[in-house]
Amino acid sequence: MNNDDKLILGGHEFDSRFILGSGKYSLKLIEAAVQHAGAQIITLAVRRANTKEQESILDHIPQGVTLLPNTSGARTAEEAVRIARLARELGCGDFVKIEIMKDSKYLLPDNAETVKATETLAKEGFVVMPYMYPDLYTARDLVNAGAAAVMPLASPIGSNKGLATKDFIQILIDEIDLPIIVDAGIGRPSQACEAMEMGAAAVMANTALATAGDLPVMAKAFRQAIEAGRSAYLAGLGRVITRGASASDPLTGFLRD
Amino acid sequence: MVKINGELTEAAGKTVEEYLSAAGYDKKRVAVELNGEILPKCAYADTIFKDGDSAEVVSFVGGG
Repeated sequence: MNNDDKLILGGHEFDSRFILGSGKYSLKLIEAAVQHAGAQIITLAVRRANTKEQESILDHIPQGVTLLPNTSGARTAEEAVRIARLARELGCGDFVKIEIMKDSKYLLPDNAETVKATETLAKEGFVVMPYMYPDLYTARDLVNAGAAAVMPLASPIGSNKGLATKDFIQILIDEIDLPIIVDAGIGRPSQACEAMEMGAAAVMANTALATAGDLPVMAKAFRQAIEAGRSAYLAGLGRVITRGASASDPLTGFLRD
Repeated sequence: MVKINGELTEAAGKTVEEYLSAAGYDKKRVAVELNGEILPKCAYADTIFKDGDSAEVVSFVGGG
C-alpha cells in the first residue's frame, strides 16, 4: 500500500481505512479485534454509568487508537448535541459520530436532524462524522454544516445485508468532496471490498464481526478486503464490455491453416 | 431528593465528588451533567447537590 495514501478526518491522518465498532461483543475481545483489524479508530456509545460494572471499555482499547463516540439513543439534534458534549467531557478527544433515529424498527437516521446537529457541533470544534441515509442533498448540507466525513448506510443497522444503497452511495462518492465512509449493514468482507472499489474512503463494521464465528479472524478478513478494495480503486478497475467477448490471447499464430 | 440517572437519591447536601465515590463510580471514567449542563471534573469537589437537582452520570460502553 502506498504510504502517502492517508485517510484524513478533521486534519488527523490515518493509515487504516477500517473503522471498528465495539458493540455486542465481550470487552475481552476488543484488543484482539483492534489488532486483527489494524484499526486506528473505534466507535463507542455513551450510556448512564453503572456502578456494578467496574470494568471500563477504555481499559481494553490499545493506546493510540482514536475513539469515535456515537450519539446513539438520540432522537433529535438537541439530544445528539447533549450526548456529544458528554462524550467530549469523558476526555477522549473531539471526534463524534452523529446518529439520530426516531424509528426503532428500521433504525434509519433522521437526515434533517443530523444536519442540524452537525452544524452545532462543528461550530463547537468537534470532528463531526454524521451517519446518514444516502441522499445527495443532505450530503451537500452536511458539507456546508462543517462535517469531516459523510457516513451513508449500506443497509439497515445490524442487518449484514450489504450494499443495498450502492447506487446512491456511488453518487455521494462522485459528487461530495469529503471522505465517504460506508457505515451500517456491511456483512461480509466482499461487500466491504466492493465499497472500497467504488471509491469509499473507509468502511465501518460492527455486527458483521460481533456475529461472526471467530471475531478476530473475521476482523482480519475485513482488513484484507478493505485493503484489497482500496488498492483496486487506486489502480483503476478494468473496463466492462456489455456484449460479446474480448480475447486475452493473441489473435495471430493459431496452429491451423 | 436528587434525581440521578433517573432515580431519586438522598444525595442532597453531599458534594458531587462525595456522592460519586460513595456510590462506587470511578471519577476518571464518568462525565456528569447537572441540571442540563456539563459539570467539569474540577468542579466535583466544590459542587453540592441541592434538593430538586437532576443529574446524569455517564460513561463509555461498547457501541457501533
